[in-house]
Amino acid sequence: MSNPLEFPLGRKCLTGSLTVYTVYTQMFVISQSDKRPMYLQIMEQMKQRIAVGDWAPGQAIPSIRQLAVDIGVSVITVKRAYLELEREGMIVTRQGKGCFVASGSDIGARIREQELAQHLEQAVRSAAMMGLSQKNLEKRIRAIYDRVTDKEKETV
Amino acid sequence: MNDYAIELNGVCKSYRFFELQDVALRLQRGTIMGLIGPNGAGKSTTIRILMGLVCPDRGEVRVLGHRIPDEQVAAKWDIGFASDDMRLYDSRTLGWHINFMKSIYSSWDDTYAQLLLKRFGLHAEQKIKGLSHGQRVKATLLLVFARRPKLLVLDEPTTGLDPVARHDILRELTAVMVEDGRSVLFSSQNTQDVEQISDQITFIDRGRIIDSMDKEVYLDRWRRLRLEAPSGVELPALPGVIEIQQTGRLAVAIANAFEPHLANAYESSGARVQAVENMTLEEIFVANVERSREEVKA
Repeated sequence: MSNPLEFPLGRKCLTGSLTVYTVYTQMFVISQSDKRPMYLQIMEQMKQRIAVGDWAPGQAIPSIRQLAVDIGVSVITVKRAYLELEREGMIVTRQGKGCFVASGSDIGARIREQELAQHLEQAVRSAAMMGLSQKNLEKRIRAIYDRVTDKEKETV
Repeated sequence: MNDYAIELNGVCKSYRFFELQDVALRLQRGTIMGLIGPNGAGKSTTIRILMGLVCPDRGEVRVLGHRIPDEQVAAKWDIGFASDDMRLYDSRTLGWHINFMKSIYSSWDDTYAQLLLKRFGLHAEQKIKGLSHGQRVKATLLLVFARRPKLLVLDEPTTGLDPVARHDILRELTAVMVEDGRSVLFSSQNTQDVEQISDQITFIDRGRIIDSMDKEVYLDRWRRLRLEAPSGVELPALPGVIEIQQTGRLAVAIANAFEPHLANAYESSGARVQAVENMTLEEIFVANVERSREEVKA
């Protein structure tokens, strides 16, 4: 990043005094084949950016309007994503200053933790739907754990 | 100055085979509204009325604070309007049209026009008669966009465009929102376009407005519940559920006023809720039109 004032998201392109377009819009993918609502897709991709450290704790992120324009999605949808992320404590909005990734070095870990919790809950729900006992589910998880970690050992 | 770019109240218009009934519509400044509805629902009539091209039988129309049709001349300096039946001069070039617009509108932004030429893959030297349908649409929109009007009113701006051109147009429409206080009303047959870029959705069918609200709220109200009803369990009729289709033990319920307790109500009737799914605007569109057709039959 040669210019610290630029958003990490992309370079702004100016016509006259107006910001019309930014460049790295492909970084956000809003997919029609993804069954989730758009605001959830945006949330997830923002979280990924935070989790991998592309958006560092405390770093400025684009305003709602700017991101809406960047990815070509309505302001109201991006606003909803921001509100939900703010509620989850992942980002903060400072009046008149803009939006920032929440400070705290554990934020990436928190996002991964949240992801894991969701996967586990989904797994338990599926198991319950099949009438699988807790013991049985635990056994299955243990087997998968062994298989995956064994594989990792092999590759190392 | 009020907060609405467009305000329609109790607007009626009767034709021999079609009637626009009591249309009320509000477009807040600084937002994009998508107008959707089946063919012949009244989208274009509504747009023509607010552009002063058709005089309503009754009702009140205000655009950018001006009464329409009486004050339409004053309003139109700040409105960019494009529709399918607009014609450019076939024997003239696009550059000639650009100069023509430039000579009329002081708000014309030449830098932006040049940028759009490049982005839309158009050339100023091209004669209009040599352009394809899609290129004509893009040329028309360029002439409207580069004026930077406070309000854009676009009747089916993406119809007949290839996916890349559609993408370009949608992008320009959302880019309009960078500037404060600019507003867009557009109609479309493409629900994906409307779902993607609108802040507000207005659904019109058979001359009446069925729904008009915040897009996120609207999409959130609709859900598809996949249910499993063991034999002997009868699925109850619940408020907010407009349709249940059952084949054997599996059923699908469509809710247009979804609340989490709906799922609980099905569970306590002895059914099992397998999934609660969001619906796309396309699916909502079909369900909504089917329901309104059923009501007519009943």
